[in-house]
Amino acid sequence: MIDVKKLSKSFGDHLVLDQIDQHIYPGEKVVVLGPSGSGKSTFLRCLNLLETPTGGTIVFDGQEVTDPKANIDKIRQQMGMVFQHFNLFPNMTIRKNITLAPVRTGLMKQEEADETATTLLKRVDLLDKADAYPAQLSGGQKQRIAIVRALAMKPKVMLFDEPTSALDPEMVGEVLDVMKELAQEGMTMVVVTHEMGFAREVGSRVLFMDGGHILEENEPHAFFANPQNERTKLFLSKVL
Amino acid sequence: MDLAYYYELWRGMMLSKDPLVAEAVTWWQEFYVKFYQAFLEADRWKQYLNGVGTTLTATALALILGVVLGVLVAMVRTAHDQQRPDRRKNFVLGFFNLICKVYVTVIRGTPMMVQLLIWSSVVFISSRSYTMIGIFGLGINSGAYVSEIIRGGLMAVDGGQMEAGRSLGLNYIDTMRFIVIPQAIKAILPALGNEFIVLLKDTSLITVIGGKELLHAAQGIMGRTYEAMFPLLGIASIYLVLVVIFSWLLGKLERRLRQSDRR
Repeated sequence: MIDVKKLSKSFGDHLVLDQIDQHIYPGEKVVVLGPSGSGKSTFLRCLNLLETPTGGTIVFDGQEVTDPKANIDKIRQQMGMVFQHFNLFPNMTIRKNITLAPVRTGLMKQEEADETATTLLKRVDLLDKADAYPAQLSGGQKQRIAIVRALAMKPKVMLFDEPTSALDPEMVGEVLDVMKELAQEGMTMVVVTHEMGFAREVGSRVLFMDGGHILEENEPHAFFANPQNERTKLFLSKVL
Repeated sequence: MDLAYYYELWRGMMLSKDPLVAEAVTWWQEFYVKFYQAFLEADRWKQYLNGVGTTLTATALALILGVVLGVLVAMVRTAHDQQRPDRRKNFVLGFFNLICKVYVTVIRGTPMMVQLLIWSSVVFISSRSYTMIGIFGLGINSGAYVSEIIRGGLMAVDGGQMEAGRSLGLNYIDTMRFIVIPQAIKAILPALGNEFIVLLKDTSLITVIGGKELLHAAQGIMGRTYEAMFPLLGIASIYLVLVVIFSWLLGKLERRLRQSDRR
């Protein structure tokens, strides 16, 4: 579904991603682990071109994302993204947050988008907040809304950039529950996270990144039980 | 009570050839005469009123021109700075960006008074509508500052907002229009109000090139009465009152903007 070839990214002289090759298959839940500064967020952000790669190609669903002539808006409409800091639009109600993109991009009419929003809000149990503003919500609620906002575009893949890192510990569970539910429904997901429990339980494949390379990849049980790479062992010994 | 009667009476005493009579005039009688001369005689208050009208009109027109120019310049410069680094730079945008940069640098780097004199005595030398030239000069000047206010407001919006909008598949213009600009306005409006107040006071510079606003009215009366204090203190008070009124209105506006944050 997403085919990454020789992906490189450098900020000035600083090489963040070094020739990454990776393929993400439909329905996979890929969890990306690694210490901070390892390039995992940059890798994720390159997938929908929030960061522009300095080298390599990314092909999503047969469309070359990295082609300068690609219609990046059309491609992004099919890739949902959830951010660490939620990035809800504070000037709009929750309902408007959710319906703005589907309506403006011509995916849905306003009534249809409103219905979709209602359905999605019911699903995350936040229908009563439909007419509230983001400032009135807790962190966990904001992140659930952010997930729903991305889902309203009916994306083929969801990218999560440390979705629980900015949350109070108490609120992590409610966000992870939504993500688990999404995984069970078969959504293709790429998740950058520090939640080892989530990686083990939900992930179908774990990537371990450091220094701009993917050092190890495996299915989660083998990855956690029997890490191969020295750096992976060191990392896991510190976080588990 | 006839105001004019006492004015004529005491003025006659002040101008009297008899030193005894002239010295008999008390300080408050002299005060009254000068005050009457400055504001009431020959309905001079109407000249001040006309001056205030021109000053307010000039401020409003200059601000409109300044905001229009400021928005254009800010749009060009922001769009230019937010181009994706990998793509070939848009040449046309780069060209306009350069013009905008030169404009802002030149206007902010030279005194307003000099600019006004250049407009009136170099560029529009054959024109005699001095007030309009003054408004034009003020507007051009204001545009440079307004563009920086707007650019600052746009940059103050968290970068995550643009990313969130774009990641949903919205294009650049829609993201600006629905997400970034509405949030930037909260930062822009108070600063823009401040610019309005600065502009209101700066309209007095138009007098230098012959515009007929409030200071011009005062100068005319000073020329006729050979008395500077009352007209000058008078218009200073008028400016002060205007500024206080507008500051108060701005304060109200700011409070309302902040209220919407607490929804």
